[in-house]
Amino acid sequence: MLINYVPVLLYMGIVVGLIGSIVLLSELLGKKRHTPQKDIPYECGMDPIGDARYRYTVRFYVIAMFFIVFDIEAIFLYPWGVIFKDLGWFGFAEMAIFVFVLVVGLAYVWGKGALEWE
Amino acid sequence: MTLTIPTFSLISIGPWLTLALGAILILLVDALSKGRKTYFPYFSLAVLALAAFQTIDLWGAQSTDFARMVYVDNFAFLFYLILILGAALTILLSRPYLEEWGKDMGEYYALILFATVGMMMMAASAHMIMIFLGLEVMSIAVYVLAGFFREDARSNEAALKYLVLGAFASAFLLFGMAFLYGAAGGSLYLDELAKRLTDAATLTKPLTLLAIALLVVGFGFKVAAVPFHMWTPDVYEGAPTSITAYMAVAVKAAAFAAFARVFFLAFPAFHVNWHMLLWVLAVATMTLGNVVAIAQTNIKRMLAYSSIAHAGYILVALVAANQLGAVSILYYLLAYTLMNIGAFGVVILVARKKDSYLNIYDYSGLAYQHPGLAAGMAVFMFALAGMPPTAGFVGKFYIFSAAVQAGYIWLAILGVMNSLVSVYYYLRITVLMYMRPAEADLGPIAFTPAVTACVIATAVATVLVGIFPGWFYDLAMNSVKIFPSL
Repeated sequence: MLINYVPVLLYMGIVVGLIGSIVLLSELLGKKRHTPQKDIPYECGMDPIGDARYRYTVRFYVIAMFFIVFDIEAIFLYPWGVIFKDLGWFGFAEMAIFVFVLVVGLAYVWGKGALEWE
Repeated sequence: MTLTIPTFSLISIGPWLTLALGAILILLVDALSKGRKTYFPYFSLAVLALAAFQTIDLWGAQSTDFARMVYVDNFAFLFYLILILGAALTILLSRPYLEEWGKDMGEYYALILFATVGMMMMAASAHMIMIFLGLEVMSIAVYVLAGFFREDARSNEAALKYLVLGAFASAFLLFGMAFLYGAAGGSLYLDELAKRLTDAATLTKPLTLLAIALLVVGFGFKVAAVPFHMWTPDVYEGAPTSITAYMAVAVKAAAFAAFARVFFLAFPAFHVNWHMLLWVLAVATMTLGNVVAIAQTNIKRMLAYSSIAHAGYILVALVAANQLGAVSILYYLLAYTLMNIGAFGVVILVARKKDSYLNIYDYSGLAYQHPGLAAGMAVFMFALAGMPPTAGFVGKFYIFSAAVQAGYIWLAILGVMNSLVSVYYYLRITVLMYMRPAEADLGPIAFTPAVTACVIATAVATVLVGIFPGWFYDLAMNSVKIFPSL
């Protein structure tokens, strides 16, 4: 029965409505003060207009990956810190294993020379 | 607030831990010590052997562990053994091939071990999130392996295509799980899903069907089922040949392990709804794989299309959804692991000089110069085509019997007809090797011990497993007893 799929249709409607209203609200409520700096299409600090095929150093990616890895480590450390006492030594051991695995990754990239900036 | 820490036993995931620790050790030794290391393949093989022993030691257990997230049962263990076999044979093939490309690095072996851990997680998952976790652990390692020849444009293309499309397929899978979570009222345990989905069927059936469709897309991508197969030929052709062999057998086996477990455990009540969908997929996959393989002149591309066709045969067993069907999935994956890795071993031996001889016409007259090698290739081609007395024949026999037993007569007929089509392109290689003169002098082939041993072992095993299928049949029968609905 096609009528059974109304919830799915409804879901799609909500998705479109949510996206539409967010765009609309930011258009209506946002301040519209233009400066030359603001009008640059901003994308990760690079001027996105120009030839796409120019070379930039691969270290950007290494740093980005580092950031993500250790950012996630920090995110996991915070909730652990909150319930540190309840989890006790078990939680400590689990966290130690988790950090150990990340340290292995760090040791690996260090050993491979990915951290040398020249 | 009190927290109860679930009890668990590390022994029940022993094989995962062994492989993961082995891989970590390889990475550390590789990064922190100087000089060229030649012992990584031996070390990896030793680690795989240890994991196999641990698996055999666990054999017979039937429980869940880690807060019901992991199944500890024979179905998972049998898949562990198939995956370990696939990884070990791949490592045997790799060394000389990698040296030729100047890429014999520790990361290669570490990544294969990590990928195998991910595959094992998929085979043992008792929860949707575990399946996703295993899938990603496996996929990310395999993406990197596909692009392992960094300076080679085709290897890069393979990795990028696989990564972008694979991420897309993972999203489908995850979205399907999200819908399922809603439809089941907040649970993703596979053993609970069946009951919850049936109880809530009047209210949430459309949602469940949508979820099933999305899961089929996700799994269909990983097993290379038509119409989600577009990446397969390019990725299989561009990836290093040893990794192509690994992707064709192990990734497929792991994806089918999860595919079968989810559909047999969680959706038996919806068989009416998904059997037709998979029926169409199976027929499309077999037909397209076999027909397009005929037109290929690159041996790796031909084997890529052949691997699509074989995914179609296994889908037939999935549609049948009976005990023999589940057994035949396991048996076929074992047979396919042996014959396909063997065939890729021959491809590696013949290819030489950074893959200079990948055209099928390079095999002309091979039997006159290297009769042993040609005989080995002939065994694999006969096995892939499904000729008795090889393992390929028995596998197809089980699959089509399962389909007939479940009442899918037409599906079995179409499957057999597809096997006939496949005979053409498999036997073409044999005809070229035995009945054509060499087009050019093939030159010497370096028979490195490990690759030669791998080809001989797989050829002998392909025949032996075909002549004596009983012992594995019993093992598989024993392991599929965990599915109450079959």
